[in-house]
Amino acid sequence: MGAAPDAQPAQTRGAIRIEDVVKIYEPDGAAVMAVDHCSLEIEAGEICMIVGPSGCGKTTLLNAIAGFHDITSGRITLDGDVLCSTGRPKAEPGPDRVVVFQNGALFPWKTNLQNVAFGPVMQGKLTVREAREKALGMMADAGLAGVENNYPGEISSGMRRRVEIVRALMNDPKVLLLDEPYRALDSLTKSVMHEALLEIYYKNKVTIFFITHDLEEAIFLGHKVAIMTTRPCKPKKVLEVNIPHPRDYGVLTSKRFRELIEETSEAVHEEAIKAFQTGEKEG
Amino acid sequence: MAKRRFSTKSLGRGLFSIVVFLILWELGSSSKHWIGADFFGPLRDALGAMGFKKTWLPWIGMIPAPSDVLRAWAGVVGDSGYWQSWYKSFLRVMAGFTAAMILGIPFGLLLAVNRTAFGIGFPVFEVLRPIPPLAWVPAAIIFWPTQELSIAFVTFLGAFYTIVINVVGGARSIDVRFFQAARSMGSSRWDIFRRIILPATLPSIVVGSAVGMGITWEVVVAAEMISGGGGTGGNGLGFFIWNSYVGGSYELIVVGMISIGIAGFISSELLRALGKFVTPWLRLR
Repeated sequence: MGAAPDAQPAQTRGAIRIEDVVKIYEPDGAAVMAVDHCSLEIEAGEICMIVGPSGCGKTTLLNAIAGFHDITSGRITLDGDVLCSTGRPKAEPGPDRVVVFQNGALFPWKTNLQNVAFGPVMQGKLTVREAREKALGMMADAGLAGVENNYPGEISSGMRRRVEIVRALMNDPKVLLLDEPYRALDSLTKSVMHEALLEIYYKNKVTIFFITHDLEEAIFLGHKVAIMTTRPCKPKKVLEVNIPHPRDYGVLTSKRFRELIEETSEAVHEEAIKAFQTGEKEG
Repeated sequence: MAKRRFSTKSLGRGLFSIVVFLILWELGSSSKHWIGADFFGPLRDALGAMGFKKTWLPWIGMIPAPSDVLRAWAGVVGDSGYWQSWYKSFLRVMAGFTAAMILGIPFGLLLAVNRTAFGIGFPVFEVLRPIPPLAWVPAAIIFWPTQELSIAFVTFLGAFYTIVINVVGGARSIDVRFFQAARSMGSSRWDIFRRIILPATLPSIVVGSAVGMGITWEVVVAAEMISGGGGTGGNGLGFFIWNSYVGGSYELIVVGMISIGIAGFISSELLRALGKFVTPWLRLR
């Protein structure tokens, strides 16, 4: 990875530029357009929330950034380095942009500590012993002391998400890619997780690319909220959330928060209806 | 932390059912009626009225009573030939089973991770798989230089197919997110094999082995019966049963059968314990 040509202020790493990206799937002859001329700029160190109905193609975008699959045309760069672009092979998945998956992808056969310590050892950055030390410290910081030697199957799903986020942060990524990580959680656990995520974010300051279909979650967490159209996916409305960080749950009852919800909920609702009518399934 | 599945309550239930079974068996076999004690008298009369003859129907009275079996057992328990039979069968089961694990697990993993290997290997495997191991007995006797090897080979086949099928199925159903996560975190291909595919397939290997072990016992006994004693004495529990039948010692037939039951039970318990040991993360469900 070369250094970014134009150094940003404050946060210097993790700027994502999505330029005119198109992704067409051709599963069995019939071409399906998942992403349609989508452009979006995410500044370094920003929390960018991607809101859209289920199956609108948000995950396609995330997978392209992560390096799991290529795009049909357009360009995605991370700090000026091209991740994917027309006419060249995509960059392989790497520790600079780690994904936290929708239903979680902690390795069930490893203890939580072994899961968290996994990345740096794989990359040869730390020895097993050093990685364990670092993992213990990071887990304690994230309120995960006491579950280190449990298996993921032994702790609550909220805890598991937190372990997975810490596992991702252990790789010292430029970007954290979160694919509806709290989808399966009940709303009470969710609110705890939101504050925990912000707390982790304030300590680590990475760029966060967060996919959700929950508008309140998006406005509560994000610096920027991109409301996407239903398939094919592109930004319908991009909203700068001018509520200062650090935020806590008091924000939810603030006037500004309510105004922002009012401003955007119609756009989200429109897309949800479109998605419902076209009968899109998960994707 | 792990809960013990083995409680006094379930032990009590198990003992109770065994005791009841033995009592019914004893009553049935000591009775001169055709189905147990005269419990089924009315049924018998009804069947008789429909024209069924007594000789057409099974007669529990023909089976030796558990007390007789126990007496016969006490007679052979000090006999080295009886233990030789145990030893021989165990040896064959272990030989066949171990060979099936050593060859089956890598073969299954190869089929699962390599598309070319799957394309070449799987069709042949699928044609050979439906052939029952016992159908291999004559060919095995012709092919292998010694009878011992041919029995071990047939035993091996019994476990091999099950293990391979389970390994292939297990490895192919690994969640793609595990691979994606591992690749994101910088794992090499070898790391992915060793740290993702291998542990994720382990539960399927354990299941395949447990099923395979059961089949191995079925096969070894039948193979011993078919191939006959063959020279040296004490040729396995299967041969023990067959020999008792030929010699007209019905009590010893049952002794042999129960011995196989116990032997199979011991093997599966050992395997289950080993399986739990290698997959500690599954213990907590």
